[in-house]
Amino acid sequence: MSYIIDRRLNAKKKSTVNRQRFLRRYKQHIKRAVEEAIHDRSISDIERGGEVTIPRRDISEPIFHHGKGGRNTRIYPGNKEFITGDEFQRPQGGGGGGSGQGKASNQGEGEDNFTFTISQDEFLDFMFEDLELPYLVRKQLKDATSFETRRAGFSTSGSPEKLHIVRSLRAAHARRIALGGEERKEIRELRKQLWALEALPAAEAPKEEMQALRDKIAELDKKARRLPFIDDFDLRYNNLIRVPVPSSKAVMFCVMDVSGSMTQSIKDIAKRFFILLYLFLERNYKQIELVFVRHHTHAKEVDEQEFFYSRETGGTIVSSALQLTADIIDARYSPADWNIYVAQASDGDNWDGDSATCSDLLMKRILKKVQYFAYVEITTGPHQNLWYEYEQVHDAFPDEFAMQHITDAGEIYPVFRKLFEKRTEGAA
Amino acid sequence: MSATKKRRPISTGSEWTFDLIEEYDREIGRVAKNFGLDTYPNQIEVITSEQMMDAYASIGMPLNYNHWSFGKQFVETEQNYKRGRMGLAYEIVINSNPCIAYLMEENTITMQALVIAHACYGHNSFFKGNYLFQTWTDASAIIDYLLFAKNYISQCEERYGFDEVESLLDSCHALMNYGVNRYKRPRPLTATEERERQMAREEYIQRHLNDLWNTIPRKEISPEEKVIRYPKEPEENLLYFIEKNAPLLEPWQREIIRIVRKIAQYFYPQKQTQVMNEGWATFWHYTLLHQLYDEGLVTDGFMMEFLHSHSSVIYQPPFDSPYFSGINPYTLGFHMMSDIRRICEKPTDEDREWFPDIAGSNWIETLDRAMRNYKDESFIMQFLSPRLMRELRLFAILDDAERPTLRVDAIHDEMGYRALREQLSAQYNLGNREPNIQVYNVNVRGDRSLTLRHYMHNNQPLGESTDEVLKHVHRLWGFDVLLESVTPDNKVSQAYHCPPKEISIELA
Repeated sequence: MSYIIDRRLNAKKKSTVNRQRFLRRYKQHIKRAVEEAIHDRSISDIERGGEVTIPRRDISEPIFHHGKGGRNTRIYPGNKEFITGDEFQRPQGGGGGGSGQGKASNQGEGEDNFTFTISQDEFLDFMFEDLELPYLVRKQLKDATSFETRRAGFSTSGSPEKLHIVRSLRAAHARRIALGGEERKEIRELRKQLWALEALPAAEAPKEEMQALRDKIAELDKKARRLPFIDDFDLRYNNLIRVPVPSSKAVMFCVMDVSGSMTQSIKDIAKRFFILLYLFLERNYKQIELVFVRHHTHAKEVDEQEFFYSRETGGTIVSSALQLTADIIDARYSPADWNIYVAQASDGDNWDGDSATCSDLLMKRILKKVQYFAYVEITTGPHQNLWYEYEQVHDAFPDEFAMQHITDAGEIYPVFRKLFEKRTEGAA
Repeated sequence: MSATKKRRPISTGSEWTFDLIEEYDREIGRVAKNFGLDTYPNQIEVITSEQMMDAYASIGMPLNYNHWSFGKQFVETEQNYKRGRMGLAYEIVINSNPCIAYLMEENTITMQALVIAHACYGHNSFFKGNYLFQTWTDASAIIDYLLFAKNYISQCEERYGFDEVESLLDSCHALMNYGVNRYKRPRPLTATEERERQMAREEYIQRHLNDLWNTIPRKEISPEEKVIRYPKEPEENLLYFIEKNAPLLEPWQREIIRIVRKIAQYFYPQKQTQVMNEGWATFWHYTLLHQLYDEGLVTDGFMMEFLHSHSSVIYQPPFDSPYFSGINPYTLGFHMMSDIRRICEKPTDEDREWFPDIAGSNWIETLDRAMRNYKDESFIMQFLSPRLMRELRLFAILDDAERPTLRVDAIHDEMGYRALREQLSAQYNLGNREPNIQVYNVNVRGDRSLTLRHYMHNNQPLGESTDEVLKHVHRLWGFDVLLESVTPDNKVSQAYHCPPKEISIELA
């Protein structure tokens, strides 16, 4: 009468589609929450998932219902001291109007917001949605230098080591069946006649006729056997093709001024910018290398810890860092194999005579090789000549070169978005 | 008794196995049969808590079409569950044939037995026996229908786009409560019946009327009455009316409206029998498991655990408790069912006075009759006893917007019993809970605008989301929509328009 079924191993996540529909519908709200989270959170836990809060009225599904007012009688349990005819003031919050909560009970569960969690992946997806590096579409195939061999079925020609034995023999078998059909049919026919004759008593059997049949059978048999067991025609080879693989490697250069004018807070802002870029690249490339180049009057390649936290003083010559970057690219990161991104952060200080050298280096040695070069200037003061010099570079290379100005930490994300905004015409 | 006491308990530990579930099910089924419970065959499915949340999100059904609101429900359940703010139900049971019941794997064997008794025999027999379910739902077809609906809607999404289908479903959901038939339509007449009736009418007219001799003065028909409305009779099933009459809908849109309507109709009896259904199931799990205990099939420890969850299920927080959120249907239902049994078995003088026809009768038959022929509203009206009102200490509060204070209208005393019972019954009347809105007229010859009328009950106005819902009606209807709140003396007290009507300034 009863069937008992174990469903525990059945497909889980039946609600995934509905959940996605929900996220899709409230995309705007979730994006806003994500942006706020990026403002508020310390950079180290940006990668966690996030909590999203939506005002409940925005997601409610309206239905016809009674509003406040009119005559309303409700029954409650647990009477203690009331008798018929007692009158008293309405409880605060006007709960009597049909909500079922006639009495003031501080449940605190009224019009709260709708809060839910999105996973880390979803968080990052929302964070980077609509952002697109101009050349993010992985390097064009023509640039790709690496190839991968993949199997692509079978072919009738090829080198002996790629011979597929099972397929070849199967083809041979099929051919033999197809070509030998006529003879075998005839042989069967003749055998039947022969058996019929053999079944007769030995005295009556027509000897010559039987001999003739036997000869005919032997001849046909021979003919059938003459079909080759295997023919060139039967051979099958594994077909391998070479497909070009777009490069999925990226290198990101973090270039930062560490001269005396850069305070720790400016460095923190810069760090956030670098990390955002890193997270962003991480979502698009399988393998990312980081190169940290810091400079004051000299540039030096350092590790991450030293990059962000060691103290330096001195003047500023930006070109030294660009020079080093260009050298490293030439030595280690061929643009054919690598997608190269450079992010430079500075407070805008530079030795006056150097700025022209910088733009020269950028235009001649760097920008042609990189996917993207982003410059952020973190300062509250007026722009100095480096900025104006860079503006000219920007005009010359509008697709590869981007620059922005930041004054405090809260601005990073919007600026980041602005820098990497989807540029439909630019990306073409 | 001594013979039955010798029997060994089915289990002693708290872990469950499929064999044990099977054995409990067999024993409970046997006992239930002895009590005369008539059920659909059971399909008991063991699921994980995650799957339970999925089931929650698709209104308890094993499959359903996709819509963002189910995703919202899922996200909310998941969030609350993960934070420990709510536990999941121990079971979900579906009115289908076979009757599908979900058991959570986290439950102990005691809980599994409780759930089997509650869902697979309690709810199941209610689904099979109650007249509302029999009239309005088709247990053997629902799963197939949902499968059809799911496929159909996903095809529509492919063909006409997500957004299009989603907004249509939004609009349908907004009117879902107004997509049910409350009364069965009369069966259409057959041709012979029609002919017979027509002949009978003719004969009657022949005999009674001869216009030449008619001396009764003809009544003047006022011009107001001459206006023929469409539909002739007001229609309360808004979705049905829209499906059949909205001028601009495509066939697939009508089909989707129909799907939502059918599903609403399927759930309609559940909304009207919450107290009875839960009361019935709770009463039976209590009775069945006690019977097992009497037969020595379950241990004392089992009963302790069972009674612990049973009593928390039927706990009714008093009105001033922070946990109070209305009358607990389990409490009311369970007590009323037990009370009927008490009235049958040990009636007092009061019971004899109030319930002369059931006091002292066979309790199994009486309960069965009650289960089959009532819904919450009528069940309370018929069977709520003064004794139970005293036990629950019920009282009525009158909240009249025109008076500055609330008033205690009735309490559990001689003068208040009938008023209390009537009020509580009215509280479960869906017609009072939901505003009564009907299609009043369509301007067929003019701008095709649709007029809905809200017949006010106790002078209660419509809530603040009315304009939002009207937008949905407008989306479905395709032309102007007007909603009027009408007082009992036929005056329009408030009117809503969609699109909002511009105030026309007449120049003098």
